[in-house]
Amino acid sequence: MKVTFEINGAEKSVDVEARTLVVDLIRTKLGMTGTHIGCDTSNCGACTVLLDGRPVKSCTLLAPMLEGRKVTTVEGLAQGGKLDAIQEGFHAEHGLQCGFCTPGMMLVGKALIEANPHPTEDEIRWGISGNICRCTGYMNIVKAIQHAAAANAAENVAGVA
Amino acid sequence: MAVDTTEAAAAARQAMGGIGVSLARKEDARFLHGQGHYVDDVVLPGMLHMVIVRSPHAHARIKGIDSSAAMAVPGVIAVVTGELLAQHKLAWMPTLSGDTQAVLATDKVRFQGQEVACVIAETKYIAEDAAALVSVDYEPLQAVTTPQQAIAPGAPVIRDEKEGQTDNKIYHWEAGDKEATDAAFARATKVVSLETFYPRCHPSPLETCGCVADLDPVTGNATIYMTSQAPHAHRTLFAIVAGLPEEKIRIISPDLGGGFGNKVPIYPGYVVATAASLLIGRPVKWIEDRTDNLISTGFARDYYMDGSVAIDENGKFIGLRVNLLSDNGAFFADAQPSKFKAGLFHIVTGSYDIPAAHIVANGAYTNKAPGGVAYRCSFRVTEASYFIERLVESAAVELGQDPVTTRLNNFIQPEAFPYTSASGFEYDSGDYPAAMKVALDMLGYDELRKEQAEKRARGELMGIGVASFTEVVGAGKGKDYDIAGLRMFDSAELRIHPTGKGILKLGVKSQGQGHETTFAQIVAEELGIPASDIEVREGDTDNTPFGLGTYASRSTPVGGAATAIVARKLRDKGKLIAAHLFEADVADIEFDHGKYNVKGSPDNVKTIQDIAFAAYTNLPDGLEAGLEGVTYYDPPNMTFPFGTYLVVVDIDKGTGQVKVRRMVAVDDCGVRINPMIVEGQIHGGLTEGFGIAFMELITFDDEGNCIGSNFMDYLIPTAWETPRFELGQTVTPSPHHPIGAKGVGESATVGSPAAYVNAVIDALSHLGITNIDMPITSDKVWAALRSKGVTE
Repeated sequence: MKVTFEINGAEKSVDVEARTLVVDLIRTKLGMTGTHIGCDTSNCGACTVLLDGRPVKSCTLLAPMLEGRKVTTVEGLAQGGKLDAIQEGFHAEHGLQCGFCTPGMMLVGKALIEANPHPTEDEIRWGISGNICRCTGYMNIVKAIQHAAAANAAENVAGVA
Repeated sequence: MAVDTTEAAAAARQAMGGIGVSLARKEDARFLHGQGHYVDDVVLPGMLHMVIVRSPHAHARIKGIDSSAAMAVPGVIAVVTGELLAQHKLAWMPTLSGDTQAVLATDKVRFQGQEVACVIAETKYIAEDAAALVSVDYEPLQAVTTPQQAIAPGAPVIRDEKEGQTDNKIYHWEAGDKEATDAAFARATKVVSLETFYPRCHPSPLETCGCVADLDPVTGNATIYMTSQAPHAHRTLFAIVAGLPEEKIRIISPDLGGGFGNKVPIYPGYVVATAASLLIGRPVKWIEDRTDNLISTGFARDYYMDGSVAIDENGKFIGLRVNLLSDNGAFFADAQPSKFKAGLFHIVTGSYDIPAAHIVANGAYTNKAPGGVAYRCSFRVTEASYFIERLVESAAVELGQDPVTTRLNNFIQPEAFPYTSASGFEYDSGDYPAAMKVALDMLGYDELRKEQAEKRARGELMGIGVASFTEVVGAGKGKDYDIAGLRMFDSAELRIHPTGKGILKLGVKSQGQGHETTFAQIVAEELGIPASDIEVREGDTDNTPFGLGTYASRSTPVGGAATAIVARKLRDKGKLIAAHLFEADVADIEFDHGKYNVKGSPDNVKTIQDIAFAAYTNLPDGLEAGLEGVTYYDPPNMTFPFGTYLVVVDIDKGTGQVKVRRMVAVDDCGVRINPMIVEGQIHGGLTEGFGIAFMELITFDDEGNCIGSNFMDYLIPTAWETPRFELGQTVTPSPHHPIGAKGVGESATVGSPAAYVNAVIDALSHLGITNIDMPITSDKVWAALRSKGVTE
């Protein structure tokens, strides 16, 4: 069947089997391999993408569910060669090691600070608790999200002035 | 040699990104853009997909396999069975512990999840569909699910295909001195004992295992993209197992999504995918799903340990006895140096000066998955550290002492290094009381003990756990330590190009540890070339020197040493070139952080970049061109990182819930190359240690069904449960390592479980509760409290 949707700002129309998981559609059909598969059971969050701005686990969505919707993957974070604040935060705070959970973590973090620009540490920890990281112990991921929130806040102040 | 600590040297290091600088990681960019390149990201023209059909039974005879329905599915290319592999002498393969393991079962299945057949199809979806249609006729047999059952008389023999194997015993191994230990126990005034079980857990890196095997039937070239922590060793084993010519095999281990020991062994999937690619003539991809990973690949621990410490009238430990029964699963496939059947478990005397020790270890086959790996640890050091730190806790309780006092009374003293332990290790360096003091001060130990006393008087449960671990990491030396006969050296090849920028190629392989940054920093320190100008390459056997790989915290101790030494070789060659340029005697040439000068003329310098250019353009007569070298480093000894971890817990009497309030970790890993990366490693290890202590468990029911086969049952800590960590340090350089570094990747997983558990026991020991086996879940604590009559 044919499914039409927007991904990272570009419209796509693809022919897929109805049972195709969104993560497989993105990785295999579209060749965008930044979205990862870690568990198949919606527990680990390595496959997280944003669907109309909200984080979803793409291993648990079927391709037809994308019809008419907007998807953002890690490949869509940097704009015009400039890293998103969340990417800057992960680099500056050593929020990644093996990098496998990183795309999902960054997307969850980005959605979190867009909904709540000044989250507490507990709010961040709760917000990312659907995503597993085996390497970092989360402390630097929390700092990375705080770093991005602070950068966004500074930019907003600058924008107002 | 220790690192130069003058102010000028520090400024130079900062500019260079040398040792001690928290340089942001060079490798981050690709991961931040989603451009990391993992095995599952490899797509080749004509690539097929393989799915493994696994046994639902723990123990059963195979009466027949019918793959006709699977073969009838459009898009299915082949169904591979053990029978087919047997025709190519590939139905069995050797293990890293000198046993054999079925690649695909022919006679019996011996654990639930064992590989029985492989379906190869045009897409993964088709392969999955067809795998469900492979019909296997099983005759179930009685399952053996514990090593105690396995060694009991009359137990069904699991490995009945092995000639001469009439029971389920695998090995018997002893270390230390029985006679001296018996004598110590005879004169002890107190003997304290502990029986404990370190249950089966699993490294479960977020990226599962897999490969893409691409064998060209025309050229005979075999390129295997593989989740490998040890690509060179794996190439050699592939050559031996599959009979492929080694020079035609190229193993590429691209970005790895974590490893933690899980990617050290060779698994049947790799072998079948390679054989299938050879037979079919197309590339074959095999990627595990999470259940495949948890139920069939390298597990960890599963050690039953009991033992005693003999104590004299002064409270000194004078002897240690430990008995160990290991559950190794259906095939003895532990990844460990070949001479050691229980890894380096004999480090069990830990941080303590115990003059006599005797360790007896026995292993048993069970109907469980094989492949005991060191989950973020150096060959069973975790089990040893856990046992001694738990036993010392018990000793403190029985002596009526503060557990800190018991430790301080029995530590190996700083002046005693190098120290030879009763089981034969030569500890390189240490200052255990210093690390303890830093930890106690950071925690505010005395205040917390007062708070605990007040709370206890009110009937509230609070505990403070102490663990002062010592690890042994960084194997070899090669004479004593080998993997499947390959000596455990490691290698570095460094080439500085005419423009003064270089490529460093290593035999080790990062799985997230940040080698591309850390190892460039070693070169920066040694040669004065900025770390940003050094590109680090790993993981491709065609393009890196032979090495044994990354596990057992050996990258920095061995590969890091090789890097420093090869850089020094180039530095020395640079002196010859500098002498030529200065028209001076080489003996008069001095080098300091990237600058050469003639003695007495410090202002007239040639930079390392000048020298590199001259190495290709203006050489003295008789000197080979180029600025390039390779070093194979065989360490003279292992390194012995240590530290003290302190944990504070509060326990809810009504529910048994344990809350970790504080976690202070003081590590001494010798010289820290990139402190930011070191601390990241410690955070990760403390979290995995927390998971092991409180959450992670692979267990089995009586029929051998695996419980813990997905992330709904095998619980991994998320940000919500994970404690906040407070890190501290002391620095005691390794005297035999070129830059004094000891390795740090595993310290926190080794040291922390005992600290967490000791905290729980510290909260409960006054009630008569002396042990709770991990994972410490609320229901276990609740039951222990109720058994002592404690209610809300």
